[in-house]
Amino acid sequence: MLSFFEWLETTPWSIALLESLYVWPLLESTHVLSLALFVGTAIMMDLRLLGISFRSVPATAFTGRLLPWNHIGFAVMVITGLALFYASPIRYYYNIFFRAKMLLLILAGLNVWLFHSRIHRLVGDWDTDPVPPRAARFAAAVSIMAWAGVVVTGRMIAYNWFDCDLQPQPAFVNWAADCVIPER
Amino acid sequence: MLLPFFEWAEGTGLGTFIRNSLWLFPVIEAVHLLGLCLLGGAVLIVDLRMLGAGLTNQRIADLARYARPFLIAALIILVSTGVLLFFSEAVKLYYNRSFWVKITALPIALLVTFLVRDRFARDEKLETSLRSRVLGITSIALWFTVAAAGRWIGFS
Repeated sequence: MLSFFEWLETTPWSIALLESLYVWPLLESTHVLSLALFVGTAIMMDLRLLGISFRSVPATAFTGRLLPWNHIGFAVMVITGLALFYASPIRYYYNIFFRAKMLLLILAGLNVWLFHSRIHRLVGDWDTDPVPPRAARFAAAVSIMAWAGVVVTGRMIAYNWFDCDLQPQPAFVNWAADCVIPER
Repeated sequence: MLLPFFEWAEGTGLGTFIRNSLWLFPVIEAVHLLGLCLLGGAVLIVDLRMLGAGLTNQRIADLARYARPFLIAALIILVSTGVLLFFSEAVKLYYNRSFWVKITALPIALLVTFLVRDRFARDEKLETSLRSRVLGITSIALWFTVAAAGRWIGFS
């Protein structure tokens, strides 16, 4: 994987993107603004599943009518995110916040999969309940925390505090970021 | 004319404290971003409905009522963290065009949201109409301007 990223970074488009005056900032801005659509609609749906708000709105109204908008937001996030990654893959590969974000993305994705394959399958039993069953509330709580974690770690990628080339770093950082430390 | 105020803000103990901290600015900024997510959800769920999309089987008034506490909570988070960020780099912001776009669009967005959009959204009979579509698109355009100009502060 690392050698693929090393090759990726040497491709002309990657270099052009990283050095571009407006394309990179526009991609980054689109990535950030899409949060309002993607995480925003996810939070609203989670508030319904937690039984905190939208209590008279059926859960299936959210999964049927609002989820497509959430998916549009997700698609924009993934496309712009991949493009941003393509601009400097090696830097992100060794960035501890990027790694934490990817783990949280996997957690959030597993939660989505579990919700739709298990909990939402029985939605007919609780669709109009003001407060959904415990499993649905649990999935909603995990969703809010996981996506918040993705947002925060994503923002922190910009900072180089724990970059491998800024040694010495704590042993945990060198382990988690897979830093290659030259022998003295 | 306003420069002395910006200089004062940056020179306060609060501004200096945030500026001198390695991690305080990034952490406040991250919370600011979480506020953006909450605001986006609370605004868009109503605006989409006003445009005739999203939760179309629900009344606009009901969705607005459910979303309102979270809209207000999001604004409290955004304004309080935004003020902290402002104090830490006020003079830089004074010379930043994006900051002025944002700070001009923000009060307009707030006025339109609470004095115009909210008043119509409290009407139980408000259905998707030309009026609701204009409200929805105006709200999205204004908040988009605030958010986009805010992000661009860091690039300009």
